[in-house]
Amino acid sequence: MTQIASEVIINTVLLLLMVAVVIGIVRLRNLFAVVMLGGIYSFLMATLLVVLDAVDVAMTEAAVGAGISTVLMLSVLGLTQTREAVPAHRPIVPLIVAVLVGAALVHGTGTLPDFGDPNAPSQLHVAPDYIERAPRETGAPNIVTAVLASYRGYDTLGETTVIFTGGIGVLVLLAGGRRRRAAGSGGEDSGVSST
Amino acid sequence: MMMRDTVILRVAVKLLLPVILMFALYVQFHGDYGPGGGFQAGVAVATAIILYGLIFGLRAARQVAPPGVVLAMIPLGVVIFAGTGIASLLLGANYLDYSPFAHDPAHGQHYGILIVEIGVLVTVSSTMLAIFYAFAGRNRELADDETDGADEEV
Repeated sequence: MTQIASEVIINTVLLLLMVAVVIGIVRLRNLFAVVMLGGIYSFLMATLLVVLDAVDVAMTEAAVGAGISTVLMLSVLGLTQTREAVPAHRPIVPLIVAVLVGAALVHGTGTLPDFGDPNAPSQLHVAPDYIERAPRETGAPNIVTAVLASYRGYDTLGETTVIFTGGIGVLVLLAGGRRRRAAGSGGEDSGVSST
Repeated sequence: MMMRDTVILRVAVKLLLPVILMFALYVQFHGDYGPGGGFQAGVAVATAIILYGLIFGLRAARQVAPPGVVLAMIPLGVVIFAGTGIASLLLGANYLDYSPFAHDPAHGQHYGILIVEIGVLVTVSSTMLAIFYAFAGRNRELADDETDGADEEV
């Protein structure tokens, strides 16, 4: 019981910190600080995922969200301005949409089963089958790995192909931009740095 | 943005790099037993080389992981993964069924999982690195030691 209570406290603190970071991101105009706060947000998210026992997702979040994407954002800031322009109008409609979607999501969580509930539908569908078969058929004590790499090997192959396609797409886009710039139009150069 | 003159950063990064790479290998090959796998190990490897590039310069990072090799590794990982499936087809099983890779089906599954996780590691790490090279190569401050734009393959 005390463990559950301490988990609630840890989760609450982490989520409140994340809210504070998001408010900072919305209010700040200095994009360098915004990128840094984005990295902090990712680290808080990673910590929350550790509390939720999703350590592999936490590792990915820390490495990609806080590490690599922060570095990529910083190198983009080297190409653009580091101050965000003040918007010409107050964005009321996006605020209303965000509040409505948020309210719908909060309303929807009321009907979800409790976190970790062994009788939740998702725990009763194929999970018992995997838990029963995976140690015998694959010998892998980590059932997540057995499911990802063996039972759901098609899905993981698809994910790897998605990463491949995404990477090639980004490289082609960046290479195309450089070739146009190398062709020697100054207007193109300023267009690249302002976008 | 370049901090190559900062002694503390250089020494700290040199101390951190082997730890990061060892952790990546641990996550890769211990994925059967603990959390992690090819994707997590791949981003950890990429993070290590990106960190090296940030502190010691893009040119040094390109010597450690040459852009040509990185580019070739992007499809290589997918080929390893898909080729494992074709290997199991040739051995008479279903696509991506690793059971015929060893006499004991459970051992075959073990080998198959290890091989496809290596495929994931290769594609993920090289994709992250290639995107970093592509962004950093366009950044004058990051690529300040790159006087010639001709070799910016990535």
